[in-house]
Amino acid sequence: MSVLDFSPARRTAQIEQLTRPSLSYWQDAWIRLRKNVRAIISLYIIILLGIFTALGPVLWQVDPALQDLNQVSQPPSLPKTAILVGQYEPWKGIVIEDFPPEAIEYLEMVDAPMGLRTSDHPTTQRVRLIWNPVHGASGYNIYRNQRYPEDFNDLGLPLGGTFAGNEVSYEDRLSLESRSYYYSVVPTDGFDEYESFSVVEIIPRTSITLDEARSRGLLPEGKTIGEEVSLKFHPFGTDYLGRDIMARLMEGARVSLFIGIFAPLFYVLFGVIYGGFAGYFGGQIDALLMRFADFVVALPFLLFMILFKIAFGIGPGESGIVPMLIALVLLSWPSTARLVRGQVLKIREQGYIDAARLLGGRHHYLVLRHIIPNTIGVILVTLTFAVPFAIFTEAFLSFIGMGVAPPHPSWGSMCNEGVKTMLSHPHELIFPAVFISITVLAFNLLGDGLTEALDSRMRARE
Amino acid sequence: MIVYTLKRLLAGVITVWFIATATFIAMHQVPGDPLLNDKAVSAEIRKNLERRYGLDKPITHQYLIFLRNMLPPNPDFGISFTQQNRRVNDIIKDHFPVSAILGLLAIFFSAAGGVLFGALTAIYRNRLPDIVIMFLVILGISVPSFVFAALGQLLLVNVNSLMGYSLIPVAGWGSFTHMLMPSLVLGLGTMALLTRLMRTSMLDVVNEDYIKTARAKGLSPQRIFFKHQLRNAILPVITVLGPQIAVITTGGFIVELVFAIPGLGRYFVQAVQQLDYTVIMGTTVFYGAFLVFMVIVVDILYGFIDPRVRVQ
Repeated sequence: MSVLDFSPARRTAQIEQLTRPSLSYWQDAWIRLRKNVRAIISLYIIILLGIFTALGPVLWQVDPALQDLNQVSQPPSLPKTAILVGQYEPWKGIVIEDFPPEAIEYLEMVDAPMGLRTSDHPTTQRVRLIWNPVHGASGYNIYRNQRYPEDFNDLGLPLGGTFAGNEVSYEDRLSLESRSYYYSVVPTDGFDEYESFSVVEIIPRTSITLDEARSRGLLPEGKTIGEEVSLKFHPFGTDYLGRDIMARLMEGARVSLFIGIFAPLFYVLFGVIYGGFAGYFGGQIDALLMRFADFVVALPFLLFMILFKIAFGIGPGESGIVPMLIALVLLSWPSTARLVRGQVLKIREQGYIDAARLLGGRHHYLVLRHIIPNTIGVILVTLTFAVPFAIFTEAFLSFIGMGVAPPHPSWGSMCNEGVKTMLSHPHELIFPAVFISITVLAFNLLGDGLTEALDSRMRARE
Repeated sequence: MIVYTLKRLLAGVITVWFIATATFIAMHQVPGDPLLNDKAVSAEIRKNLERRYGLDKPITHQYLIFLRNMLPPNPDFGISFTQQNRRVNDIIKDHFPVSAILGLLAIFFSAAGGVLFGALTAIYRNRLPDIVIMFLVILGISVPSFVFAALGQLLLVNVNSLMGYSLIPVAGWGSFTHMLMPSLVLGLGTMALLTRLMRTSMLDVVNEDYIKTARAKGLSPQRIFFKHQLRNAILPVITVLGPQIAVITTGGFIVELVFAIPGLGRYFVQAVQQLDYTVIMGTTVFYGAFLVFMVIVVDILYGFIDPRVRVQ
C-alpha cells in the first residue's frame, strides 16, 4: 500500500476515446440493409425502373399513340430491314412449247417433279416457283406448309394448280411473311393427284415497295430498287393497333409509378397525422377518431374504389389518374392511422418522454423531437409496402376498364388488351404483366429488407 | 361473451348504416342521368319513371326512404333501372350464390394450401423445399390475379387440347369442374399470404415453453408437431382469415370477368357503368353488410377455437 493507491487516478485521453465510430440510427439501419442482398438488388431494380420511366421517353423517341396498321401484333425482334421492290408486275409464267400439255397415255404412276426452285429472289411481295415438267402429267397442284411435310397428307395449304403438263410455274402472293415455307408440287392427271411430290424450302425476303416506303417515311435519299432500308424497330413488338409496346410501357410506367408513389405518400402522411393526433391526445378524442377509421375500413374496398373514382368524374380528354389518386387516399389511410396510433401510444408511455416533459418540453417539441422520429421506421416500412398495393389497385381497375381512360396507356390496361390476344400474340400480355410483377416484387423485397433493418424487435431476435 | 357479441353486433349495424350513407352520397355525386338511355323518352313518360323510382322527391327524402326500405326483416332495394322488370333483391338472390360458392372454394383452397405449405416450410427451414415454396410465395404475392387467371386459362386450353376433349372447361359456370380453376386463381394471393404467416407463426411457436415441456415429457415428434405446434400456429392464420374473406369476395369480380362467371361482382361493374342507382346501392350495401358480419362471426368463432381469448 502506498499513498498512490489512495490518490485519484490520472485522467488520460485514451479512456474517453471511442474505439468505434459513433453511428446514428439511420447509419446503423443502412449498414444492415446493405448486407441484405435481395433488398439491395430490389433497390437497384427500382432505380432502373425510375430511369426507364424518366429517361426512357427521351432516349426512345417513339410516339406511344402512333398506330401502324401494317405492323400489327409484331412479336419482339431485333432491328429488321426490308428490300426495296418496285410495283408488282404480272408474271406470265413458264410454258414449255415442245412438251405435250396433256399426257399422251394414262400412267398409273409418275415421277415427282425435278428441279423445283424459284425463278428469282423470293420476297414477301411474291414467290415465283418453277420446276421441270414430268412425263405423263397433265397438270400440277401446289401446296404450302409451315413445317416440313411428313407425308402425302401433310402438304399443308392448297394454293392452286396448273392445268397442263407443260405449265411449270406458279406464283404465290398469299400473305407472305419472312419465315420458312415448304412448297410442294404434286403432278396430276388433270383431275386426280399422283402420289408423288417434291418439296422445296423457301424463306422470302421482307420487302417493301418504293411507294409504301416513301409514304411511311422510311426512304432515305438516293435508295433505289434492290437496296435495303431499315424498318421501324420495335424491341418489345407492337400491339393490336401496331403501337410500339416499349414506348407504351414507358408511358404506362408514368401512370403506374405516379399512382404507386404519390397515393401512398399522401395517405401515409394523412394516416400519420390522424393516428398521431389520436394516439397523442388519447381518451375521448382517440376513441371517436378511431371509431371513424373503423367505419372506413369496413367499406368494401374495390367497390368503393370504383364508385368514388366514377363519382369524382372524368372530363373528356382526361386520363382519370387524379380521381383514382383521391379515391385511393380516401379509402386507404386508416391502416396507417391505426399503426401509427399504436406506436404513439407505446412511445407516449416511455421513460424518455416523461423525462423530456419533466425538463419542460412542450407538446410540439415532444411530438416533433421524440415521437415522430421514433415512429418513422414503421412509417417508412408501411410506405414501401403501400407502393405495391397502390400499383396493384391501379392495375386491377385499369384491367376491368375502370382505371385510366383509353388513349393513355397504363400497365393494367395494356394487360387488359393483351389478354384478348393472349393465345396468338402472348407478348402483348407478357411484357406489361412482367413489368407490374417486377415492380411489385422489388418494392415487397425492399420492404422486407427495411423491416429487418429498422425494426428493433427483429434486431433483438437475432 | 353475450355482452361482447351484442356490442359487436351493434357496432356492425352502425357500420352498415355508415356504408349505406357513404354509398348514397357517392352515387349521387356520379355525373350523368340514370334514366337516360338510347331510347328517346317523352316528358310524361319521364315524369312517370321519376315517380316510379322516387327521383321526383328531394334528396333527403330519397335518403330516408332508402334507409326505411333497407330495414330488416324485409330489406327491399327496389327495381333495377336498366332491367326494369327485375327487382334488385332478385338479382342479388340469383347471382350472389355464385360469387359465394366461388369465394368459399377459394378460401378453402387458400387456407388448406397456406397451412400445408407454411407447415412444410417450417419443417424444412432453410432447406430446398423451404426455398422453393418461399420463392413461389413471393411470386404469388407479386403477380396480379388477372395474370394468373389468364395463365390458368392458357393451361386449361393446353390440357384440353392434349386430352383431345374438354376435360376441364376453360370458362363459364355450371358444374364443379367449372369452379376449380377460378377458385384456385382467386385463392392464390391469399394462399401466398397465409403460407408466409403460417411459417413465421410455426417458427415462433417452436420456441414456446409448452413445446419444450412436451419434448421433455417424452412425447413423440409427430404428436408434438400435430397436437402442440400446428394447433397453436394456426391461430394467427384464422385471425387473418376474417378480413381475407372480405378481400376474396370483393376481389372476385376480376376472376368472374376473365372466366365469364355470372357472379354478383360482374353485375356491380355493369351497374356502375350504366349508372343503375338501385343495383349499385343494393349490391354495395349487401356486400358491406355481408363482410361486416363475416368478420364478427370469425371473431366470435375465434373464441371457441382459442379458449384463452374467451377468458379475456
